[in-house]
Amino acid sequence: MEALHFHHKVNQRAAGTKVMAIVGVVASGNLEVLVERILPESDCELDIKTAAVGFGAVWEQVVADFVELRSPGGLKLSVNDGGARPDTVALRLAQAVRLIEELDP
Amino acid sequence: MTLDEILYSLFPQGHDVEKNDLGLVRGSGVLARGGRVQVLGVVDRTPIGADEALQLSEWVLDVIAQGGSDPILILVDSDSQRMSKREELLGLNEYLAHLAKALIHADLQGHATVGLLFGHTAAGAFIATALATRTLVALPGAQPEVMDLPSMSRVTKLPIEILMEKAKSTPVFAPGLENLAQTGAVCAKWNDKRSLADQLQVLLHERRAHRDQRDALGKLRNGRPKAADIQDRVRELALQAQ
Amino acid sequence: MSAAPIAKRDAEAEAQRKAASWYEASARERVRLFLDVHSFQEFIGPEQREISPHLHIFNLPEQFDDGMIAGRGLLEGQRVFVAAQEGRFMGGAFGEVHGAKLTGLLRAVRDAKSIPLVILFDTGGVRLQEANAGELAIAEIMRALIEARTAGAKVLGLIGGRAGCYGGGGLIAGCCSALAVSEQGRISVSGPEVIETNRGVEEFDSKDRALVWRTMGGKHRRLIGGAEIFVDDTIESFRVAAIQLCRCASAFDTAVLQSEQMRLKQRLRQFGFCPDAVDIWRSQGIENPDAVPDMAADDFIALANRIREPRYDAR
Repeated sequence: MEALHFHHKVNQRAAGTKVMAIVGVVASGNLEVLVERILPESDCELDIKTAAVGFGAVWEQVVADFVELRSPGGLKLSVNDGGARPDTVALRLAQAVRLIEELDP
Repeated sequence: MTLDEILYSLFPQGHDVEKNDLGLVRGSGVLARGGRVQVLGVVDRTPIGADEALQLSEWVLDVIAQGGSDPILILVDSDSQRMSKREELLGLNEYLAHLAKALIHADLQGHATVGLLFGHTAAGAFIATALATRTLVALPGAQPEVMDLPSMSRVTKLPIEILMEKAKSTPVFAPGLENLAQTGAVCAKWNDKRSLADQLQVLLHERRAHRDQRDALGKLRNGRPKAADIQDRVRELALQAQ
Repeated sequence: MSAAPIAKRDAEAEAQRKAASWYEASARERVRLFLDVHSFQEFIGPEQREISPHLHIFNLPEQFDDGMIAGRGLLEGQRVFVAAQEGRFMGGAFGEVHGAKLTGLLRAVRDAKSIPLVILFDTGGVRLQEANAGELAIAEIMRALIEARTAGAKVLGLIGGRAGCYGGGGLIAGCCSALAVSEQGRISVSGPEVIETNRGVEEFDSKDRALVWRTMGGKHRRLIGGAEIFVDDTIESFRVAAIQLCRCASAFDTAVLQSEQMRLKQRLRQFGFCPDAVDIWRSQGIENPDAVPDMAADDFIALANRIREPRYDAR
């Protein structure tokens, strides 16, 4: 198992008011993303635990692309990864942010 | 200890426990200070299939039907559940569950249930018999397991040597009496050099609470560090939420 | 919210449930969709991060909820407790934390007495990496379940996920007040591979999917009396079944156990020598037993109700 941590400064806060959301399942080729709105609005952090060791550079790129695209200010994303491909990771991160940005009924 | 030695040590005042053709035992024994204990069990490492489970549950229901408050002692030296197409076709899960329900119900109805593990037991048979009693004790040499290491090795795809190495640092997965005691399943190990009748008498007189205390035991013995707390927290949250 | 938007929201929810496969859904999706809209409240949710203390020994990834969701919600306005297993995490298997959540919930059900619990099973049995903790969890769950039923509460099981309901999960299911099962659901103690490994491929060919489903699958369980209700693989069907089961009277006492003893004895007598499920179905009076596996859900449900009415007094 490998633990990775990323911190980014961002320009815009993630929309909405929900404080927590979760997507995905921990399994081979899959991952779960727990997202919490607990940081200052200009910060974004990702805490990753992954079963696939040695892919730090790939994660760094996927995370950087995600932060640039979604500007998830104020969000901490915690990931348990069962060895998913980069495109699955990108999908889950995006799903997590979409879910926490959803307006409450 | 052989079955006969165990029975003799348990009931020096006398017993009528007999073994039948299915590898099951049934009878009762006299307690030194008076009263009877209803005895049933599986011996000779017999696997528990639908027929065996049904017979055992019939005996438990007989004890309940008779009324009174005789404790029920279940002697265990079994294989795992019987593994066969026929068993699953007939719905073995219901037969084993029914046996466990009968034992638990008997206990709640006032027939204190005690399991005495003196040989082997595994998997579904373990759950339906020994683990369905209020108090489980074991004699030295008893070999309870969830699954044997070679099978575990096959399923997890880890070499046996690796499993054995990991088993040195945790009681949470490997077979054996020590591990099942540390995790809270086995309440106490009996001393086979002392009178089993005395040890049974002490146990029966302790009047254990109906409440299942295995989680607390597992925490105390450092075998299951989280179960008791998680159980308590969920229960409290659920009751508050009403 | 006034009446019209609520009615529209509920109609949309029902449409969504009818279109959603139970089998394909995650545990979280099942819980969210099968309960009344926005009614679910989780106990010890994933943000609490109560993960397994043992998986790291095997270098395996954890899941924040340890694969078990425990909480409460509403089913057609009625309060229910809910426990749902994620079958894709560690095969939905029982580990220490996973099992403890269900045990705690059952003890609350016992103490509250009048709120039913619905268990969404999806499990391969005991999690081997935590085998002793998992086995004990199952034993504690069974004890707590029977205490809850003895106190007058109902505990219902829904079975239709990827992992089925195997091993100790099958035993817990056998302790429930009643069960609903779909075509995809399987209930068994020993799994197909385990039987084959131990007894050989002549005894059970685990690669023969048709054999697995005839022997352990939802249709057979409904016909032989191992489950009360057979449902289509939609979230709506399972919801309707759960509502129906919540309403059914089901006590737990000595009389029920005696009825079950008779029921199981009768089953052995009638079918104990049948080599295969089709022989059982044929002897139940089904004219074309080979056609059963391919029957559509509605046709099968009608057939099953003709052959045997579900019993709610002998489990």
